[in-house]
Amino acid sequence: MLSDNRYHRQMLFEPIGEAGQRSIQESHVLIIGVGALGSSSSEMLVRAGVGKITLMDRDYVEESNLQRQQLFSEEDVKNQTPKVIAAKNRLQAINSHTIIEAKVIDVGVEELDSIAEEVDVIIDATDNFDTRLIINDICQKYRKPWVYGACVASYGVTFTVLPDETPCLQCLMDHIPNDGATCDTVGIISPAVQMVVAHQVTEVIKLLTDNQDALSGKLIAFDLWKNQQMELKVATLKDENCPSCSQAKYPNLEYQAQVKTAVLCGRNTVQIRAGTQKNFHFIQFKEHLKDLNLTNFFSNPYLVSFEIDPFRIVVFKDGRTLIHGTKNPQEAKKLYYRFVG
Amino acid sequence: MKIRVNGEGVQLKQPIQTVEELLHHLNLEKKSLIIEHNHIILKKDQHRESQVSDGDQFEIVHFVGGG
Repeated sequence: MLSDNRYHRQMLFEPIGEAGQRSIQESHVLIIGVGALGSSSSEMLVRAGVGKITLMDRDYVEESNLQRQQLFSEEDVKNQTPKVIAAKNRLQAINSHTIIEAKVIDVGVEELDSIAEEVDVIIDATDNFDTRLIINDICQKYRKPWVYGACVASYGVTFTVLPDETPCLQCLMDHIPNDGATCDTVGIISPAVQMVVAHQVTEVIKLLTDNQDALSGKLIAFDLWKNQQMELKVATLKDENCPSCSQAKYPNLEYQAQVKTAVLCGRNTVQIRAGTQKNFHFIQFKEHLKDLNLTNFFSNPYLVSFEIDPFRIVVFKDGRTLIHGTKNPQEAKKLYYRFVG
Repeated sequence: MKIRVNGEGVQLKQPIQTVEELLHHLNLEKKSLIIEHNHIILKKDQHRESQVSDGDQFEIVHFVGGG
């Protein structure tokens, strides 16, 4: 009976109907980032009956996530479960029919290049502009729609980018803002997350059900605390000389593959990612660390963590490493080379 | 001079002539943003020349990175 009733209310909604529901169930959505935005949008889409969802995220669950990242529990914090794994467990309990692919990775050009062609739409649920600009260019390259969404404090902003039609993020943004306003510095309230996701997921459902005419076409922003809502018709800002969407140069897909460090904004953490860490032997590495009697040594199948006062070091299965307790990439690299190699 | 920004009245105590000066005054110059001035979307290079007058309406949307 479940299968008869499950999507009934959604199918009653006239613009979706039976045909729309079939399309939803045949679709594949990629969600990049499974923090607050990604938790919420993946839950909505799984409940809506999307056929396949791929989740990508580089992080594991921490206590400060629980206030707004709706898929995670205290148990996940205790086990330092990678976000995509914790999300998959919960989502699969909600809807066992949706195929969920969970990837514990730091999303870069290669990762997106290998999957973009097979997805119908990409949802931006990341927390940084570097990844967003890669998404922007990948979606131009493969002619896929994507939905930008972001929030901080009580403010949120979203825009649907359609290749060949709308301006892209590169057209709209003249520089990457670096004003220090992140969820870690000025906070975030959960309703701001849900409001962004409400817009993003509605746009995705329109796209999946062949309701392109209903798409908003606007840059939408709001501040829930200040009671403000803004909608801008930005079509005129499509730049005929844009290297991403007009000239097919895709500048954001260049310069990759080398060892990279990234200071995780507001978290007093440096991430180190080796270019091609194919030779990293996680199990041996773990055994080796166990013998060192390190402070607060912890491991699960996806990562190991330990402390070297005043730092906490987390090494993922693929060799990617987070050094908590510093913003200095050089200092972080030193520790990385000392323990990871 | 009184203007409206995102639906709210803003009283400008010092004279403001251009949109660029307005952004500076509102402390928004570091943000990446899009401005609609009296219902017309401005391109970035128009910020310097667009004149601000009493009673003007602005909608300002800035990009943020959190998620």
